[in-house]
Amino acid sequence: MATKILKKPETFYERYERNPSADKKMPHYCPGCGHGNVHKMMAEALEDFEVDDRTILISPVGCSVFAYYYFDTGNIQAAHGRAPAVATGIKRAHPESIVISYQGDGDLAAIGTAEILHAANRGENITVFFVNNAIYGMTGGQMAPTTIVGQKTTTTPYGRQPSNEGYPVKVAELISQLDAPVYVERVSLMDNKHRAKARQAIRKAIKNQVDNLGFSLVEILSPCPSGWKLDPVDSLKWIEEYMIPNFPLGVYRDKTKEVQPYSFTRFEPDEEEIKKQLGITRETEKTFPKQEVPQRYQNPEIKVAGFGGQGILLLGAAIAQAGMLENYHVSWLPSYGPEMRGGTANCHVQVRETEVGAPMVSNPTVLIAMNRPSLEKFENDVQQGGIIMYDNSLIDVDPGRKDVEILPVPATKMADELGNTRIANMIALGALMGYTGLMSRETLYESLHAAIKRKRFLEINRKAIDKGYEFGQSKRV
Amino acid sequence: MATQVLTTPSVTVEPELCKGCGLCIDACPPDVLAFHKKFNSKGYHYAFYLGEGCTGCGVCFYACPEPEAIVVYKKGYVPEANEEVA
Repeated sequence: MATKILKKPETFYERYERNPSADKKMPHYCPGCGHGNVHKMMAEALEDFEVDDRTILISPVGCSVFAYYYFDTGNIQAAHGRAPAVATGIKRAHPESIVISYQGDGDLAAIGTAEILHAANRGENITVFFVNNAIYGMTGGQMAPTTIVGQKTTTTPYGRQPSNEGYPVKVAELISQLDAPVYVERVSLMDNKHRAKARQAIRKAIKNQVDNLGFSLVEILSPCPSGWKLDPVDSLKWIEEYMIPNFPLGVYRDKTKEVQPYSFTRFEPDEEEIKKQLGITRETEKTFPKQEVPQRYQNPEIKVAGFGGQGILLLGAAIAQAGMLENYHVSWLPSYGPEMRGGTANCHVQVRETEVGAPMVSNPTVLIAMNRPSLEKFENDVQQGGIIMYDNSLIDVDPGRKDVEILPVPATKMADELGNTRIANMIALGALMGYTGLMSRETLYESLHAAIKRKRFLEINRKAIDKGYEFGQSKRV
Repeated sequence: MATQVLTTPSVTVEPELCKGCGLCIDACPPDVLAFHKKFNSKGYHYAFYLGEGCTGCGVCFYACPEPEAIVVYKKGYVPEANEEVA
Protein backbone atom coordinates (compact mmCIF):
# COMPACT_ATOMS: atom_id res chain seq x y z
CA MET A 1 0.00 0.00 0.00
CA ALA A 2 1.31 3.35 -0.94
CA THR A 3 2.13 5.55 1.98
CA LYS A 4 -0.59 7.99 2.95
CA ILE A 5 1.70 10.63 4.34
CA LEU A 6 4.65 12.54 2.91
CA LYS A 7 6.93 13.79 5.64
CA LYS A 8 10.58 14.10 6.48
CA PRO A 9 12.32 10.80 5.64
CA GLU A 10 13.88 9.07 8.61
CA THR A 11 17.24 8.99 6.87
CA PHE A 12 17.53 12.60 8.03
CA TYR A 13 18.50 13.22 11.63
CA GLU A 14 15.68 14.33 13.88
CA ARG A 15 17.82 17.31 14.91
CA TYR A 16 20.97 18.45 13.12
CA GLU A 17 23.21 18.44 16.16
CA ARG A 18 26.39 18.66 14.10
CA ASN A 19 25.35 22.06 12.81
CA PRO A 20 27.03 24.65 15.05
CA SER A 21 24.19 27.06 14.34
CA ALA A 22 21.66 27.55 17.13
CA ASP A 23 18.89 26.31 14.84
CA LYS A 24 19.10 22.52 14.77
CA LYS A 25 16.04 21.97 12.61
CA MET A 26 16.75 24.00 9.48
CA PRO A 27 19.45 23.13 6.92
CA HIS A 28 22.01 25.77 5.98
CA TYR A 29 21.02 25.98 2.31
CA CYS A 30 19.64 29.20 0.81
CA PRO A 31 15.90 29.49 0.14
CA GLY A 32 15.03 27.61 -3.02
CA CYS A 33 18.34 25.74 -3.27
CA GLY A 34 18.14 22.50 -5.26
CA HIS A 35 20.37 20.63 -2.83
CA GLY A 36 17.40 20.42 -0.48
CA ASN A 37 15.28 18.66 -3.09
CA VAL A 38 18.03 16.23 -4.00
CA HIS A 39 18.75 15.52 -0.33
CA LYS A 40 15.09 14.79 0.26
CA MET A 41 14.78 12.47 -2.72
CA MET A 42 17.94 10.62 -1.72
CA ALA A 43 16.86 10.31 1.89
CA GLU A 44 13.48 9.01 0.86
CA ALA A 45 14.99 6.39 -1.45
CA LEU A 46 17.49 5.19 1.17
CA GLU A 47 14.66 4.82 3.65
CA ASP A 48 12.39 3.04 1.18
CA PHE A 49 15.09 0.56 0.18
CA GLU A 50 15.95 0.07 3.86
CA VAL A 51 19.63 0.65 3.25
CA ASP A 52 20.17 3.82 5.27
CA ASP A 53 21.94 1.84 8.00
CA ARG A 54 24.56 0.60 5.58
CA THR A 55 24.92 3.73 3.50
CA ILE A 56 28.08 5.81 3.52
CA LEU A 57 27.65 9.26 2.07
CA ILE A 58 30.70 11.10 0.81
CA SER A 59 30.24 14.86 0.96
CA PRO A 60 32.25 17.06 -1.37
CA VAL A 61 33.60 20.55 -1.03
CA GLY A 62 30.98 23.12 -1.94
CA CYS A 63 27.69 24.12 -0.38
CA SER A 64 26.89 20.46 0.26
CA VAL A 65 30.10 20.01 2.24
CA PHE A 66 27.86 19.81 5.32
CA ALA A 67 25.63 17.02 4.02
CA TYR A 68 26.85 15.07 7.04
CA TYR A 69 24.91 17.44 9.29
CA TYR A 70 21.71 16.01 7.92
CA PHE A 71 22.04 12.38 6.88
CA ASP A 72 21.80 9.74 9.56
CA THR A 73 24.07 7.45 7.57
CA GLY A 74 27.79 6.86 7.61
CA ASN A 75 29.47 10.07 6.52
CA ILE A 76 32.85 11.09 5.20
CA GLN A 77 33.75 14.50 3.88
CA ALA A 78 36.34 14.21 1.13
CA ALA A 79 38.97 16.65 -0.11
CA HIS A 80 37.87 18.82 -3.02
CA GLY A 81 36.96 16.65 -6.00
CA ARG A 82 38.17 13.43 -4.43
CA ALA A 83 34.83 11.97 -3.40
CA PRO A 84 34.83 9.27 -6.12
CA ALA A 85 38.31 8.15 -5.05
CA VAL A 86 37.25 8.00 -1.41
CA ALA A 87 34.07 6.21 -2.44
CA THR A 88 36.16 3.67 -4.36
CA GLY A 89 38.22 2.86 -1.29
CA ILE A 90 35.21 2.56 0.97
CA LYS A 91 33.24 0.43 -1.43
CA ARG A 92 36.15 -1.94 -1.91
CA ALA A 93 36.82 -2.22 1.79
CA HIS A 94 33.12 -2.58 2.59
CA PRO A 95 31.48 -4.11 -0.50
CA GLU A 96 28.23 -4.55 1.41
CA SER A 97 27.82 -0.83 2.04
CA ILE A 98 25.94 1.57 -0.20
CA VAL A 99 28.40 4.29 -1.12
CA ILE A 100 27.15 7.58 -2.51
CA SER A 101 29.39 10.27 -3.86
CA TYR A 102 27.50 13.55 -3.71
CA GLN A 103 29.17 16.30 -5.69
CA GLY A 104 28.60 19.71 -7.19
CA ASP A 105 29.88 20.96 -10.52
CA GLY A 106 32.78 22.91 -9.06
CA ASP A 107 33.84 19.75 -7.27
CA LEU A 108 33.17 17.05 -9.84
CA ALA A 109 33.68 18.85 -13.15
CA ALA A 110 36.69 21.02 -12.23
CA ILE A 111 39.14 19.89 -9.59
CA GLY A 112 37.73 16.37 -9.48
CA THR A 113 37.60 15.62 -13.21
CA ALA A 114 40.27 12.94 -13.00
CA GLU A 115 38.68 11.17 -10.05
CA ILE A 116 35.20 10.93 -11.53
CA LEU A 117 36.47 9.89 -14.94
CA HIS A 118 38.57 7.06 -13.58
CA ALA A 119 36.05 5.88 -11.01
CA ALA A 120 33.51 5.71 -13.85
CA ASN A 121 36.00 4.05 -16.16
CA ARG A 122 36.76 1.39 -13.56
CA GLY A 123 33.03 0.85 -13.23
CA GLU A 124 33.17 1.23 -9.48
CA ASN A 125 30.00 -0.08 -7.93
CA ILE A 126 29.02 3.30 -6.50
CA THR A 127 26.33 5.92 -7.04
CA VAL A 128 27.24 9.47 -7.96
CA PHE A 129 24.86 12.40 -7.66
CA PHE A 130 26.18 15.33 -9.62
CA VAL A 131 24.37 18.54 -8.79
CA ASN A 132 24.98 20.97 -11.64
CA ASN A 133 24.08 24.60 -11.12
CA ALA A 134 26.49 26.09 -13.67
CA ILE A 135 28.32 28.12 -11.07
CA TYR A 136 30.54 28.06 -8.01
CA GLY A 137 27.78 28.72 -5.49
CA MET A 138 29.58 28.48 -2.16
CA THR A 139 32.36 30.91 -3.02
CA GLY A 140 30.01 33.54 -4.36
CA GLY A 141 29.06 32.77 -7.95
CA GLN A 142 32.25 32.44 -9.97
CA MET A 143 32.44 30.75 -13.36
CA ALA A 144 32.49 26.97 -13.18
CA PRO A 145 33.44 24.55 -15.97
CA THR A 146 29.70 24.08 -16.45
CA THR A 147 28.89 27.79 -16.76
CA ILE A 148 27.04 28.22 -20.03
CA VAL A 149 28.20 30.39 -22.90
CA GLY A 150 27.21 33.99 -22.31
CA GLN A 151 26.38 33.45 -18.64
CA LYS A 152 27.46 36.33 -16.42
CA THR A 153 29.25 35.36 -13.25
CA THR A 154 31.49 37.33 -10.94
CA THR A 155 34.51 36.14 -12.93
CA THR A 156 32.88 36.47 -16.34
CA PRO A 157 31.18 39.85 -15.94
CA TYR A 158 30.60 40.15 -19.69
CA GLY A 159 29.39 36.58 -20.00
CA ARG A 160 31.38 33.41 -20.64
CA GLN A 161 33.18 33.66 -23.96
CA PRO A 162 34.34 30.43 -25.59
CA SER A 163 37.35 32.21 -27.09
CA ASN A 164 38.65 32.92 -23.63
CA GLU A 165 36.98 30.45 -21.25
CA GLY A 166 36.06 27.51 -23.47
CA TYR A 167 32.75 25.69 -23.47
CA PRO A 168 30.69 24.13 -20.70
CA VAL A 169 31.80 20.64 -19.71
CA LYS A 170 29.06 18.12 -20.35
CA VAL A 171 29.55 15.48 -17.74
CA ALA A 172 26.70 13.09 -18.55
CA GLU A 173 27.85 12.95 -22.19
CA LEU A 174 31.49 12.49 -21.20
CA ILE A 175 30.85 9.71 -18.74
CA SER A 176 28.53 7.90 -21.10
CA GLN A 177 31.37 7.60 -23.64
CA LEU A 178 33.09 5.15 -21.33
CA ASP A 179 32.43 1.43 -21.47
CA ALA A 180 31.99 0.65 -17.81
CA PRO A 181 29.18 2.89 -16.48
CA VAL A 182 25.83 1.15 -16.17
CA TYR A 183 23.47 4.07 -15.84
CA VAL A 184 23.93 7.74 -16.69
CA GLU A 185 21.02 10.16 -16.82
CA ARG A 186 20.60 13.91 -16.77
CA VAL A 187 17.52 15.28 -15.05
CA SER A 188 16.41 18.67 -13.82
CA LEU A 189 14.43 20.21 -10.98
CA MET A 190 12.72 22.83 -13.14
CA ASP A 191 9.09 21.84 -12.68
CA ASN A 192 6.80 19.21 -11.16
CA LYS A 193 7.12 16.76 -14.04
CA HIS A 194 10.90 17.00 -14.10
CA ARG A 195 11.18 16.75 -10.34
CA ALA A 196 9.23 13.51 -10.53
CA LYS A 197 11.67 12.27 -13.17
CA ALA A 198 14.61 13.34 -11.05
CA ARG A 199 13.18 11.43 -8.12
CA GLN A 200 12.86 8.29 -10.25
CA ALA A 201 16.41 8.64 -11.54
CA ILE A 202 17.78 9.10 -8.03
CA ARG A 203 15.91 6.01 -6.86
CA LYS A 204 17.14 4.00 -9.80
CA ALA A 205 20.76 5.01 -9.28
CA ILE A 206 20.58 3.89 -5.66
CA LYS A 207 18.67 0.72 -6.49
CA ASN A 208 21.34 -0.21 -9.05
CA GLN A 209 23.90 -0.24 -6.29
CA VAL A 210 21.62 -2.18 -3.97
CA ASP A 211 21.40 -4.74 -6.79
CA ASN A 212 25.18 -4.60 -7.31
CA LEU A 213 24.89 -3.54 -10.94
CA GLY A 214 27.81 -1.13 -11.10
CA PHE A 215 28.49 2.56 -11.65
CA SER A 216 25.53 4.95 -11.79
CA LEU A 217 25.65 8.71 -12.21
CA VAL A 218 22.75 11.12 -12.19
CA GLU A 219 23.40 14.70 -13.22
CA ILE A 220 20.81 17.01 -11.75
CA LEU A 221 20.34 20.51 -13.16
CA SER A 222 19.62 22.40 -10.03
CA PRO A 223 18.78 25.99 -9.18
CA CYS A 224 21.15 28.32 -7.35
CA PRO A 225 18.96 31.37 -6.80
CA SER A 226 21.61 33.16 -4.73
CA GLY A 227 24.41 32.57 -7.21
CA TRP A 228 22.26 33.42 -10.20
CA LYS A 229 20.77 36.45 -8.42
CA LEU A 230 17.24 35.35 -9.26
CA ASP A 231 14.29 34.58 -7.08
CA PRO A 232 13.68 30.85 -6.53
CA VAL A 233 10.73 30.59 -8.91
CA ASP A 234 12.51 32.53 -11.67
CA SER A 235 15.57 30.37 -11.25
CA LEU A 236 13.49 27.37 -12.32
CA LYS A 237 12.61 29.21 -15.51
CA TRP A 238 16.29 29.97 -15.99
CA ILE A 239 17.05 26.24 -15.93
CA GLU A 240 14.46 25.69 -18.62
CA GLU A 241 15.49 28.58 -20.83
CA TYR A 242 19.26 28.52 -20.53
CA MET A 243 20.49 25.28 -19.03
CA ILE A 244 18.38 22.71 -20.89
CA PRO A 245 19.53 23.83 -24.38
CA ASN A 246 23.13 23.43 -23.22
CA PHE A 247 22.60 20.33 -21.15
CA PRO A 248 20.00 18.17 -22.90
CA LEU A 249 18.06 15.96 -20.53
CA GLY A 250 17.72 12.25 -20.96
CA VAL A 251 19.11 8.81 -20.35
CA TYR A 252 22.62 8.68 -21.74
CA ARG A 253 23.39 5.14 -20.75
CA ASP A 254 21.26 2.37 -19.35
CA LYS A 255 22.67 -1.13 -19.22
CA THR A 256 20.81 -2.08 -16.07
CA LYS A 257 18.90 -4.82 -17.91
CA GLU A 258 21.98 -6.30 -19.55
CA VAL A 259 24.66 -6.37 -16.89
CA GLN A 260 25.36 -9.17 -14.46
CA PRO A 261 25.34 -8.26 -10.78
CA TYR A 262 28.76 -7.16 -9.75
CA SER A 263 30.75 -9.32 -7.45
CA PHE A 264 33.79 -8.05 -5.69
CA THR A 265 36.15 -10.70 -4.47
CA ARG A 266 38.57 -9.46 -1.95
CA PHE A 267 42.07 -10.78 -2.45
CA GLU A 268 43.31 -11.94 0.90
CA PRO A 269 46.70 -13.59 0.60
CA ASP A 270 47.70 -15.98 3.35
CA GLU A 271 50.91 -15.72 5.26
CA GLU A 272 52.79 -18.07 2.96
CA GLU A 273 51.73 -16.08 -0.09
CA ILE A 274 52.83 -12.83 1.51
CA LYS A 275 56.22 -14.30 2.36
CA LYS A 276 56.59 -15.58 -1.17
CA GLN A 277 55.69 -12.20 -2.67
CA LEU A 278 58.10 -10.39 -0.40
CA GLY A 279 60.87 -12.91 -1.05
CA ILE A 280 61.17 -13.79 2.61
CA THR A 281 62.69 -17.22 2.63
CA ARG A 282 64.81 -16.94 5.75
CA GLU A 283 63.25 -17.76 9.08
CA THR A 284 62.44 -14.40 10.61
CA GLU A 285 60.11 -15.52 13.31
CA LYS A 286 62.92 -15.40 15.83
CA THR A 287 62.40 -13.02 18.66
CA PHE A 288 64.97 -11.62 21.01
CA PRO A 289 64.57 -10.92 24.70
CA LYS A 290 63.88 -7.34 25.70
CA GLN A 291 66.65 -5.57 27.56
CA GLU A 292 66.63 -4.00 30.98
CA VAL A 293 66.16 -0.40 29.93
CA PRO A 294 66.48 2.53 32.33
CA GLN A 295 63.10 4.16 32.81
CA ARG A 296 64.06 7.41 31.10
CA TYR A 297 64.99 5.62 27.89
CA GLN A 298 61.84 3.53 27.65
CA ASN A 299 59.28 4.05 24.87
CA PRO A 300 61.55 6.36 22.89
CA GLU A 301 60.19 8.69 20.24
CA ILE A 302 63.05 9.11 17.86
CA LYS A 303 63.75 11.56 15.09
CA VAL A 304 66.64 10.78 12.79
CA ALA A 305 67.70 13.64 10.53
CA GLY A 306 70.45 14.40 8.06
CA PHE A 307 71.27 14.65 4.35
CA GLY A 308 69.74 12.32 1.83
CA GLY A 309 72.35 9.65 1.14
CA GLN A 310 73.57 9.35 4.72
CA GLY A 311 71.37 6.36 5.31
CA ILE A 312 69.03 8.27 7.56
CA LEU A 313 65.92 6.35 6.58
CA LEU A 314 67.77 3.04 6.80
CA LEU A 315 68.98 3.92 10.27
CA GLY A 316 65.40 4.56 11.35
CA ALA A 317 64.17 1.41 9.65
CA ALA A 318 66.86 -0.65 11.41
CA ILE A 319 65.73 0.69 14.79
CA ALA A 320 62.12 -0.17 13.99
CA GLN A 321 63.11 -3.59 12.68
CA ALA A 322 65.15 -4.33 15.78
CA GLY A 323 62.24 -3.16 17.92
CA MET A 324 59.96 -5.66 16.22
CA LEU A 325 62.44 -8.44 16.85
CA GLU A 326 62.27 -7.60 20.55
CA ASN A 327 58.47 -7.65 20.39
CA TYR A 328 57.90 -3.93 20.74
CA HIS A 329 55.22 -2.03 18.84
CA VAL A 330 57.01 0.15 16.35
CA SER A 331 56.37 2.75 13.67
CA TRP A 332 58.62 4.26 11.05
CA LEU A 333 57.59 7.33 9.08
CA PRO A 334 59.99 8.69 6.49
CA SER A 335 59.99 12.26 5.29
CA TYR A 336 62.30 13.41 2.56
CA GLY A 337 62.70 15.71 -0.38
CA PRO A 338 62.56 14.57 -3.99
CA GLU A 339 66.35 14.18 -4.25
CA MET A 340 67.96 10.78 -3.84
CA ARG A 341 71.10 12.39 -2.46
CA GLY A 342 71.91 15.75 -1.00
CA GLY A 343 68.42 16.87 0.04
CA THR A 344 67.15 16.74 3.55
CA ALA A 345 65.92 13.48 4.93
CA ASN A 346 64.44 12.56 8.23
CA CYS A 347 62.33 9.87 9.74
CA HIS A 348 60.16 9.42 12.76
CA VAL A 349 60.50 6.20 14.73
CA GLN A 350 58.59 4.98 17.74
CA VAL A 351 59.40 1.91 19.79
CA ARG A 352 56.71 1.32 22.36
CA GLU A 353 55.42 -1.20 24.85
CA THR A 354 51.89 -0.29 23.79
CA GLU A 355 50.36 0.17 20.37
CA VAL A 356 51.46 3.20 18.41
CA GLY A 357 48.68 5.66 17.71
CA ALA A 358 50.03 8.42 15.48
CA PRO A 359 53.42 7.70 13.93
CA MET A 360 54.43 11.37 13.84
CA VAL A 361 57.20 12.43 16.19
CA SER A 362 57.07 16.18 16.58
CA ASN A 363 58.79 16.35 19.97
CA PRO A 364 61.30 13.53 20.07
CA THR A 365 62.85 12.08 23.18
CA VAL A 366 65.81 11.14 21.01
CA LEU A 367 67.21 13.25 18.22
CA ILE A 368 69.90 11.78 16.01
CA ALA A 369 71.31 14.68 14.01
CA MET A 370 73.71 13.67 11.29
CA ASN A 371 74.34 17.17 9.92
CA ARG A 372 74.31 20.72 11.15
CA PRO A 373 71.06 21.95 9.56
CA SER A 374 69.23 19.04 11.16
CA LEU A 375 70.67 19.76 14.58
CA GLU A 376 69.74 23.41 14.32
CA LYS A 377 66.30 22.67 12.98
CA PHE A 378 65.22 20.04 15.48
CA GLU A 379 67.31 20.75 18.58
CA ASN A 380 64.64 22.81 20.26
CA ASP A 381 61.94 20.24 19.62
CA VAL A 382 63.58 17.63 21.83
CA GLN A 383 61.71 16.89 25.05
CA GLN A 384 63.26 17.91 28.31
CA GLY A 385 65.41 15.10 29.66
CA GLY A 386 65.75 13.60 26.18
CA ILE A 387 68.87 12.78 24.24
CA ILE A 388 70.53 14.74 21.47
CA MET A 389 73.00 12.58 19.63
CA TYR A 390 74.95 14.27 16.88
CA ASP A 391 77.82 13.52 14.55
CA ASN A 392 80.52 15.82 15.84
CA SER A 393 82.83 14.92 12.99
CA LEU A 394 80.49 16.81 10.66
CA ILE A 395 78.87 19.30 13.03
CA ASP A 396 81.21 21.93 14.35
CA VAL A 397 78.79 23.56 16.78
CA ASP A 398 77.61 22.24 20.11
CA PRO A 399 73.94 21.96 20.94
CA GLY A 400 72.92 24.78 23.25
CA ARG A 401 70.41 22.77 25.29
CA LYS A 402 71.29 22.23 28.95
CA ASP A 403 68.20 20.21 29.90
CA VAL A 404 68.92 17.16 27.75
CA GLU A 405 71.62 14.53 27.55
CA ILE A 406 74.14 15.39 24.86
CA LEU A 407 75.95 12.57 23.12
CA PRO A 408 78.49 13.61 20.48
CA VAL A 409 79.53 10.67 18.31
CA PRO A 410 82.18 11.12 15.61
CA ALA A 411 80.26 8.66 13.47
CA THR A 412 81.55 9.68 10.06
CA LYS A 413 85.14 9.78 11.25
CA MET A 414 84.81 6.34 12.86
CA ALA A 415 83.19 5.02 9.69
CA ASP A 416 86.05 6.41 7.65
CA GLU A 417 88.50 4.59 9.88
CA LEU A 418 86.62 1.36 9.19
CA GLY A 419 87.07 2.06 5.51
CA ASN A 420 83.62 3.18 4.41
CA THR A 421 82.04 6.54 5.31
CA ARG A 422 78.63 5.21 4.31
CA ILE A 423 78.34 3.10 7.44
CA ALA A 424 78.28 6.17 9.70
CA ASN A 425 74.57 5.50 10.17
CA MET A 426 75.24 2.07 11.66
CA ILE A 427 77.83 3.53 13.99
CA ALA A 428 75.18 5.98 15.12
CA LEU A 429 72.71 3.12 15.56
CA GLY A 430 75.21 1.16 17.62
CA ALA A 431 76.13 4.19 19.68
CA LEU A 432 72.52 5.00 20.57
CA MET A 433 71.81 1.41 21.60
CA GLY A 434 75.11 1.09 23.47
CA TYR A 435 74.37 4.31 25.32
CA THR A 436 70.76 3.61 26.23
CA GLY A 437 70.88 -0.19 26.36
CA LEU A 438 67.55 -0.22 24.55
CA MET A 439 68.38 -3.22 22.39
CA SER A 440 71.02 -5.91 22.36
CA ARG A 441 73.74 -6.21 19.80
CA GLU A 442 72.36 -9.56 18.69
CA THR A 443 69.02 -7.95 17.85
CA LEU A 444 70.77 -5.26 15.85
CA TYR A 445 72.76 -7.84 13.88
CA GLU A 446 69.54 -9.68 13.08
CA SER A 447 67.78 -6.48 12.04
CA LEU A 448 70.47 -5.92 9.42
CA HIS A 449 69.21 -8.89 7.45
CA ALA A 450 65.98 -7.10 6.74
CA ALA A 451 67.42 -3.61 6.41
CA ILE A 452 70.34 -4.40 4.11
CA LYS A 453 69.64 -5.94 0.77
CA ARG A 454 73.18 -6.70 -0.40
CA LYS A 455 74.51 -9.44 1.77
CA ARG A 456 78.17 -8.61 1.13
CA PHE A 457 77.70 -5.42 3.12
CA LEU A 458 76.45 -7.27 6.18
CA GLU A 459 79.88 -7.83 7.64
CA ILE A 460 81.04 -4.22 7.55
CA ASN A 461 77.74 -3.01 8.93
CA ARG A 462 78.10 -5.45 11.77
CA LYS A 463 81.53 -4.10 12.51
CA ALA A 464 80.12 -0.58 12.49
CA ILE A 465 77.43 -1.54 14.97
CA ASP A 466 80.05 -3.10 17.23
CA LYS A 467 82.22 -0.03 17.12
CA GLY A 468 79.32 2.29 17.76
CA TYR A 469 77.94 0.10 20.51
CA GLU A 470 81.22 0.06 22.38
CA PHE A 471 81.54 3.81 21.97
CA GLY A 472 78.04 4.34 23.28
CA GLN A 473 78.59 1.99 26.22
CA SER A 474 81.71 3.91 27.19
CA LYS A 475 79.69 7.13 27.38
CA ARG A 476 76.91 5.75 29.59
CA VAL A 477 76.05 8.00 32.51
CA MET B 1 -9.82 12.03 20.43
CA ALA B 2 -10.69 8.95 18.48
CA THR B 3 -8.57 8.15 15.46
CA GLN B 4 -10.39 8.22 12.21
CA VAL B 5 -9.52 7.80 8.57
CA LEU B 6 -8.87 11.06 6.80
CA THR B 7 -11.48 11.71 4.13
CA THR B 8 -10.13 15.04 2.92
CA PRO B 9 -6.45 15.32 1.93
CA SER B 10 -4.52 18.02 3.68
CA VAL B 11 -1.15 19.74 3.85
CA THR B 12 0.66 21.56 6.63
CA VAL B 13 3.56 23.98 6.44
CA GLU B 14 5.59 24.51 9.59
CA PRO B 15 6.07 28.28 9.66
CA GLU B 16 9.40 28.18 11.52
CA LEU B 17 10.91 25.72 9.04
CA CYS B 18 9.86 27.59 5.90
CA LYS B 19 12.35 29.83 4.11
CA GLY B 20 9.67 31.50 2.00
CA CYS B 21 11.18 30.49 -1.34
CA GLY B 22 7.71 30.09 -2.84
CA LEU B 23 8.49 26.93 -4.81
CA CYS B 24 5.56 25.05 -3.27
CA ILE B 25 3.19 27.89 -4.07
CA ASP B 26 4.44 27.92 -7.66
CA ALA B 27 4.18 24.14 -7.88
CA CYS B 28 0.78 23.52 -6.27
CA PRO B 29 -1.61 22.31 -9.01
CA PRO B 30 -4.89 23.32 -7.28
CA ASP B 31 -3.27 26.58 -6.15
CA VAL B 32 -4.14 26.23 -2.49
CA LEU B 33 -0.87 27.46 -0.95
CA ALA B 34 0.03 31.11 -0.46
CA PHE B 35 2.49 33.36 1.34
CA HIS B 36 1.33 34.38 4.76
CA LYS B 37 1.09 38.08 5.52
CA LYS B 38 3.03 37.44 8.72
CA PHE B 39 6.66 36.46 8.75
CA ASN B 40 8.41 33.91 10.88
CA SER B 41 11.27 34.46 13.33
CA LYS B 42 13.78 34.24 10.47
CA GLY B 43 11.99 37.05 8.66
CA TYR B 44 10.47 34.96 5.88
CA HIS B 45 6.90 35.24 4.70
CA TYR B 46 6.11 31.58 5.12
CA ALA B 47 3.81 29.50 2.95
CA PHE B 48 0.50 28.29 4.35
CA TYR B 49 -2.44 26.18 3.30
CA LEU B 50 -5.53 28.17 2.38
CA GLY B 51 -7.61 25.52 4.14
CA GLU B 52 -9.43 23.73 1.38
CA GLY B 53 -8.86 22.22 -2.00
CA CYS B 54 -5.76 20.14 -1.29
CA THR B 55 -5.78 16.97 -3.39
CA GLY B 56 -2.93 15.28 -1.54
CA CYS B 57 -0.93 14.99 -4.76
CA GLY B 58 2.37 15.57 -2.94
CA VAL B 59 3.84 17.85 -5.60
CA CYS B 60 4.59 20.56 -3.04
CA PHE B 61 6.45 18.05 -0.87
CA TYR B 62 8.98 17.38 -3.63
CA ALA B 63 9.11 21.01 -4.71
CA CYS B 64 10.04 22.10 -1.19
CA PRO B 65 13.79 21.93 -0.57
CA GLU B 66 13.34 21.82 3.20
CA PRO B 67 13.29 18.37 4.78
CA GLU B 68 10.60 19.02 7.32
CA ALA B 69 8.62 22.12 6.39
CA ILE B 70 5.84 20.43 4.45
CA VAL B 71 3.81 17.39 5.41
CA VAL B 72 1.17 16.05 3.05
CA TYR B 73 -1.68 13.90 4.35
CA LYS B 74 -3.39 11.84 1.70
CA LYS B 75 -6.93 10.55 1.66
CA GLY B 76 -7.18 7.43 3.78
CA TYR B 77 -4.43 8.47 6.19
CA VAL B 78 -5.07 7.43 9.77
CA PRO B 79 -3.76 10.15 12.09
CA GLU B 80 -1.99 9.30 15.33
CA ALA B 81 -3.88 9.89 18.57
CA ASN B 82 -2.81 13.49 19.14
CA GLU B 83 -1.75 14.43 15.64
CA GLU B 84 -3.11 17.64 14.24
CA VAL B 85 -4.01 17.31 10.60
CA ALA B 86 -5.30 20.67 9.60
